[in-house]
Amino acid sequence: MKLKYSLFITLMLAFLLFLAACSGDSETDGDPEEQADPGTSETEGEEDPETDEASGDQVLIFARGGDSESLDPGSTTDGESSRVTKQILEGLLEFDKESFEVTPGLAHDWDVSEDGLTYNFYLEEGVTFHDGTDFNAEAVKVNFERWADPSHEFAFADDGYVYSMYGTMFGGYKGDDGHVIKEINVVNDHEIQFVLNRPLGFFLQNLAMSYFGITSPAALAEYGATINENPVGTGPFKFVSWSKDDSIILEKFEDYRVEGLPKLDRVVFSVIPDNAARLIALKSGEIDIMDGLNPDDAVGVESDDNLILYERAENNFGYVGFNTQKEPFDNQTLRQAISYAIDRQSIADALYAGYAVAAKNPLPPSYMGYNDDVEPYAYDPEKAKELLAEAGYADGLEIELWTMPVARPYMPDPETVAVIVQSNLADIGITAEIVREEWAPYLEKTMNGEHQMYMLGWSGTNGDPDYFLSSLLHGSNIGTSNRSFYQNTEVDELLDAAKVAVDQEERASLYSDAQALISEDVPMVPLVHSRPVLATTSAVKNYVPHPSTSESLAEVELAN
Amino acid sequence: MLAYTMRRLLMLLPVLIGMTLITFSIVHLIPGNPAQVILGETASETAIKDLEESMGLNEPYVVQYGIYVSDLVQGDLGTSLKTKSPISKEIWPYIAATFELTLFAMLFAIIIGVNAGIISAWKQNSWFDFLAMLIALIGVSIPVFWLALMEQWIFAQELSWFPSSGRQDNRDPMEPITYFFVLDSIIQGDFSRTVQVLKHLVLPSIALGTIPMAIIARMTRSSMLEVMKSDYIRTVQAKGSGQLLIIYKHALKNALIPVLTVIGLQTGVLLGGAILTETIFSWPGIGRYIYEAITYRDYPVIQSGILVIAFLFVIINLIVDLLYKFIDPRINY
Repeated sequence: MKLKYSLFITLMLAFLLFLAACSGDSETDGDPEEQADPGTSETEGEEDPETDEASGDQVLIFARGGDSESLDPGSTTDGESSRVTKQILEGLLEFDKESFEVTPGLAHDWDVSEDGLTYNFYLEEGVTFHDGTDFNAEAVKVNFERWADPSHEFAFADDGYVYSMYGTMFGGYKGDDGHVIKEINVVNDHEIQFVLNRPLGFFLQNLAMSYFGITSPAALAEYGATINENPVGTGPFKFVSWSKDDSIILEKFEDYRVEGLPKLDRVVFSVIPDNAARLIALKSGEIDIMDGLNPDDAVGVESDDNLILYERAENNFGYVGFNTQKEPFDNQTLRQAISYAIDRQSIADALYAGYAVAAKNPLPPSYMGYNDDVEPYAYDPEKAKELLAEAGYADGLEIELWTMPVARPYMPDPETVAVIVQSNLADIGITAEIVREEWAPYLEKTMNGEHQMYMLGWSGTNGDPDYFLSSLLHGSNIGTSNRSFYQNTEVDELLDAAKVAVDQEERASLYSDAQALISEDVPMVPLVHSRPVLATTSAVKNYVPHPSTSESLAEVELAN
Repeated sequence: MLAYTMRRLLMLLPVLIGMTLITFSIVHLIPGNPAQVILGETASETAIKDLEESMGLNEPYVVQYGIYVSDLVQGDLGTSLKTKSPISKEIWPYIAATFELTLFAMLFAIIIGVNAGIISAWKQNSWFDFLAMLIALIGVSIPVFWLALMEQWIFAQELSWFPSSGRQDNRDPMEPITYFFVLDSIIQGDFSRTVQVLKHLVLPSIALGTIPMAIIARMTRSSMLEVMKSDYIRTVQAKGSGQLLIIYKHALKNALIPVLTVIGLQTGVLLGGAILTETIFSWPGIGRYIYEAITYRDYPVIQSGILVIAFLFVIINLIVDLLYKFIDPRINY
C-alpha cells in the first residue's frame, strides 16, 4: 500500500514538474518580446481598471475561415494576412472604399513626369508609427529596399522571407532585367522620388495594394525576423496580440493621423473554419462580421432582421481553357463551337445561388478598359453543332477535361462545373473524359502543357487589367501563368503598349481592343465572375466590403 | 515494476525512430511540389525556384532526413514555413488546447459511460439497459460533425445556453499562462472567467466525448456482466454486503481492466483525431494545427505535429500499462 502511494506521488510530482517546465518555457519565450515591446505590457497593465468600465467599449469581432499566415504583408500573398495588416499598416496610396480607384494614403499628393519615369510623392507630415517613431521619406525607402534587395539588412532572406508580391508587381528584384524601380531618392523628410527603368502603367495601382504597407524601420531593427508577428505601422489600429488559429487582437491607435478615427476601440479577427458554424456564431451574437457566407445561406440572412447581407464587387473570373497549341484545340472553329455549347448562365445560377454574373471577357466588368461591346457566345447548341461540323468533327470527338481539385472563390464547386460542361459537350456530340489531379501536379502539368481542356480562374490584386490579361494571355507567359499557351502577336503588342502607357484612357482603349481579339480567338471560355457574400449583425454600421477583400475598419462602428 | 518501467521506456526508442522514418517519408510521398502549392496559381516561376531553394527541397532525401533527425535530437522540431517561428515554441498552445478538450471529453465519456455500463449490467434487460445500449449504439454511429452542428444550433443559436465556438470570450480575452485556460483562470483568481471558459468547453466536450462514451459504456457493461457471474462476487453477496458496495468496490475493480485499455486507446485517438470537432468549434488544437499545415504543405509542422501526437499516444499507453498494476495488484510483470 505504501509503495503504491509513494509511486503515485512521484508520478504526480513528475507531472507537476513537466507542467512547470512547460510554463517556464513559454515564459522565457515571452520574455524578450515583453522586454522588446514595453508598449504592449504597459497597455496590458492599464487594461485592468479599464475593463471594469469597459461595457461602453466598442469591440468588433470579425470572423473568417482561416488564420493569417503572417502579419508582414510584403512577405506573403495571403488575403487573410493583408485583411488584418490593412488595419495596422498604411501604404503611400490607398484604394477607394469600394473600387480600385487610387486615392491618397500616406502620400497626400503626387506628380508624374511626362515620360512616366519619375514619380514624386508628397508625404503626410506629423505622422507617427505605433512605436512613437516618425514616419518620413526615409522609412518609405527602407521598406521598398527591403522588398527589392534580398541582401538588405531587413530582408531576412535567411529566415525564409520572400517578397513574391513585390517581384510579381514590380517585374522582379534588384538587379533583375525586368525590375521596374531604378532608384528611390529621399528629396526631404516629406518628399520621396521613385525613378523607373521604364514606364509602368499601373505603378500607382501597385502602391495602393495592402501588401505594400509601410512598416516602422525601428520595429524592423527591433524585431528582426519576428516582424511577421509584431507589425508596427501608422494605421488606425495597433497590434496587441495574436493567438494562432484563434484570434488576432488590435486596439485603437490614439494618435491616428485622421482626427476622430478609428471609431472602434478594439478589433478582433477570429478564426471559425466551418462556414455553418460561423453563421451560427453570427446569429447567436458571438461575432459581428462573418466573411465567407455560403451563397445558399444568403437568402436566410436576407430575411433575418438581425443580420445584413453584403456582396463584394466581383474581382475574379473562372474559366474553361484550351491548350491552343495542341491537337485538337489548335483549331479555332472548334474552340468557338465549344464556346457556344457551354451554358454559362445556368452554371452561374446553379452554383452561386445568383451571386455571380456570366462572363464574356477575361476581366471583371468593373475594371478599367472592360470591353462591354464584345458579343458573348450565347448558349446555342445548334450553332455549336454547325461549327463543330465546319471544324471537321461532324462525327464528334473525344477529349480530356481537366478539373481542379480545390474550391476557389471563382469556382466554389469545380467538380459540378466539370459535370455540367461535360453534359453540355455531350449534347453536341463531344465525349469529355474528366481528369482529376492533385492541386500541385495540376498546376505544374497545365503549366507544362500536358492538358487539352482545363478549368481554372484568376483573382485580382491591384485592380489593374494587366494583372488579368497579361498574366493569362501574353505570349511571354507561356509556360507559367498562360496555361492556354495562347500567342497572338497583335494581342501581345497591345498588352505591351498598354503596360508602359501612362495615360489611363489610352491604356483602357488598348485593353479594350485586346479583349475583342481575344474573344475572336477563344483561348478560353470565360464562365463567371463571382460576387462573394458576407454578413454582419445589424449593429454594424459603415462597413463597406472592398473587392480586394481587404477593407479598412477605421470608420466602422457598432450601434447599441 | 521499476525494471518493467525501464524496459518499456527503452522500447520507446525504436518506436520513435520508426516514427521519424514514417513521418519523414509520408510527407515526401504526397504528390506535388510544395513550393508550387504554397505560392498558388498566380506564382511566377522564379518565385517557385527561390522558395524551393530556401526550403532545402533541392537536397537529396538522405541528407534531408539526416538534418531532420539531428535537429530533433537537439530538441529542435524545426521551423514552420508558414509562420517562420520555431515549432517547439508555437506548438504548446495547440497541445494545451487539445489536452484540455480531451481531458473534459474523456471525463464526460468516463463518468457517463462507466456508470451507464454498470447500471445496464446491474439491471440487465431492464428498460434502462435497453435505452442505454440504444443510446450507445447511436452514439458510436453518429457523425461527429452532425452532432456538433446540432449542438450549436440548439444550445447556442436557439437557447443561448452555451457559446458555439472558441475557447473563451474573444471580446475580453485573458492573458494565458499555461494555456490550460481553466487552470489559468483559477491561477488568476478570476472565477467568473473559469465559469465562462468551462461553458466554452461543454459543447465540444460532449461532441468529442460521445463516441468514447458509447464504447466505454458497452465495454463496461459486458465486462461487468462477466465479473458479476464470478465466484468471489457470489461469496461477497453471501456475506451480505450491500449491492452498491459489491458493484463499486468489488466488481468494478476487476471489470475495469479492459475498460481501462479502451480508455487509454480512446484518449490517444482523441488527442490526434479531433480535427472535425476542433474545426467546427474553432478550437485551436493540435489537429487543426496539423490540418492547416497539410493544406499549406508546411512540411516541418506536419512532421513534428505527427511525431508529437505519436509520442503522446505512446506515453498514454505506457501510463495505462502501469495503471493496470494499481487496479489489479495480481498482475505481475
